[in-house]
Amino acid sequence: MTAQTAMRETGSAGIRGVLLPREERPSPSNPLSASLTYGWRALLKIKHIPEQLFDVTVFPIMMTVMMTYVFGGSIGAAVSDAQMGGDAVGAYVQWLIPGVFAQTLVMITMYTGLTLNRDISKGIFDRFRSLPVWRPAQLVGALLGDQVRFTLAGVIILVVGFIMGFRPEGGVTGVLAAFVLLLVFSFCLSWVWTSVALLMRTEQAAMGVSMFILMPLTFVSNIFAPTETMPGPIRAFAEFNPVSTVVGCIRELMAGTFDLGSITMVLVYCAVLVVVFGPISMVIYNRKS
Amino acid sequence: MSAHSAPGTELAVETHGLVKRFGDNTAVDGVDLSIARGGIYGVLGPNGAGKTTVIRMLATLLRPDGGQARVLGHDVFAEAGAIRERIALTGQFASLDEDLTGIENLVLLGRLLGFSGRAARRRGMDLMEAFGLSEAAGRQVKKYSGGMRRRLDIAGSLLVTPELIFLDEPTTGVDPRSRNQVWDIIRTLVDGGTTVLLTTQYLEEADQLADRLAVIDHGKVIAEGTPGRLKAQVGSGALKVRVADPADRERAAGLMGSALGADVIREPDAAALTARLSEGQAAGPVLAALEGAGVEVETFALGQPSLDEVFLALTGRPAEPEQGEGEEGTVPEAGSGGTGAAGAAAGAAGAAAAGDAGADARSTDEDAGRARGAVQAAAASATVSARAAGENGGEGR
Repeated sequence: MTAQTAMRETGSAGIRGVLLPREERPSPSNPLSASLTYGWRALLKIKHIPEQLFDVTVFPIMMTVMMTYVFGGSIGAAVSDAQMGGDAVGAYVQWLIPGVFAQTLVMITMYTGLTLNRDISKGIFDRFRSLPVWRPAQLVGALLGDQVRFTLAGVIILVVGFIMGFRPEGGVTGVLAAFVLLLVFSFCLSWVWTSVALLMRTEQAAMGVSMFILMPLTFVSNIFAPTETMPGPIRAFAEFNPVSTVVGCIRELMAGTFDLGSITMVLVYCAVLVVVFGPISMVIYNRKS
Repeated sequence: MSAHSAPGTELAVETHGLVKRFGDNTAVDGVDLSIARGGIYGVLGPNGAGKTTVIRMLATLLRPDGGQARVLGHDVFAEAGAIRERIALTGQFASLDEDLTGIENLVLLGRLLGFSGRAARRRGMDLMEAFGLSEAAGRQVKKYSGGMRRRLDIAGSLLVTPELIFLDEPTTGVDPRSRNQVWDIIRTLVDGGTTVLLTTQYLEEADQLADRLAVIDHGKVIAEGTPGRLKAQVGSGALKVRVADPADRERAAGLMGSALGADVIREPDAAALTARLSEGQAAGPVLAALEGAGVEVETFALGQPSLDEVFLALTGRPAEPEQGEGEEGTVPEAGSGGTGAAGAAAGAAGAAAAGDAGADARSTDEDAGRARGAVQAAAASATVSARAAGENGGEGR
């Protein structure tokens, strides 16, 4: 200990002592472990700034409660045989919870991009970019860390839903399967927001563009009301909307139906999102000054 | 630990006609550098000169728009991966995650560089110890002082010892004590065999540390060489004289001028004079002349020109050390500053003169007196500013 203290006091001797000879350098981490390391960084950030969980805790509760009780009394009657009013709310819960579950997670994927936009303007990203590791790991890791946030939000929605009377027929297995599928979709959709965030100069601009895409994507869908009740062009959009496909699939899984066709369709959307927006994100990221 | 150089790659950095544009602004405008391995190479320039942009291109963060650049024998674009394995970068704004603790930052970088979790932690703690940061290891970086951040930042570049380290303004915004620590660290690194490329806008820093330096202005290298050689370009030295009584200054200036046959500069200090000596010229006769004329001298100093003077001579304007400003994108219009001030002062003199005339017409003695005072003050400042502008514009360009 005294020797170490002395070393520190002399300064340069101590520093010379910790310089690592070239032969002892490890080889840089591979893409997978680099991604996991960046994911670990995202978790550390949650640990140090727990306030940033506000959007995945309070927001989902608000969405679930608000949407159910505002629309339930009227739309509930349209999606079931129940009378308008109290009975309809009960029926609407069964219809809406899988939808709100998907909507909320889809909406909070946006924050991935916003965080990245803020993060990337800081000096640490210059250092990351100068390291000899697979560059996409920086984005993949951030998205992996976000899976924890999405999971937390999802659990909260399902618990609130359960309290409000949601009883999925698919049981635990069905709900878990739906959950995993939605997490995969959220991960893939996040690449859209990384592209947006990297393209936009400020966080506000990124938020504006993200909301502009998200609002029609989540509202013009089968989340709140059956698409059959919508007029022509809107209905066409709602039925073509990937979010409708995802929500349809989640409803099926939670209801205990396993439809390979709709699951495949969701996975195809996932693949397309990653194949298109992953490289776009990386091209912008690499050119970012 | 001498640098093992592959055949034909003796140079740490070699650039030819390097260009980078941001929109209409050419931030780097044809930079040629050859930096040998070992030692400290300084890139000196004011804000907006293009220093950071050069560093970022060399560190493979930014793609050049023109020219070639090789770092440690590898092309910055085609062989970026090979370069990244052998360099480290400490950016102008601390390259750290402020939300994480000091040790978490080092573990993060250590793991990315291939250490196992435990080895990264041990390595991180060793470095924190050596940099005098062990007490702060568990504290979030946002709570660190400027000097601690800088040290941690450099520690983060040494998890694996780089062959070449880029330090972008390593002491900007750091207190003098921490600055000396950072200088010690840099010197130690060089002793260990690492080549250091540092940018600075502090002339003293370049003078203290750099073996060679390039002076950059408006994206161009305007001078290159050892600090001593750059100083020699300006003249062999400067003679500074301060007379005891400011009233003697004019007389002293005349004596100095005739003894040296050189222009004598009247400093803002009303008792001070400076004259530039040409190569090999002796200052003795000046002292003899002053003594002979009975001028009491308080200071008689012969010094090497400072890098400030070098910069003034090279660019026609003084170096402006503005702290903490980002330099990309904006190129301050520094050259016009002096003229603008002179113009404004002249304008003020004109306005005061008009006021004077008006006051006379009203023939209120008090007013007139005040107005005349204002004219004199404004005129005096106009003269001073105009002379400053003249000096700035006159030399070098």
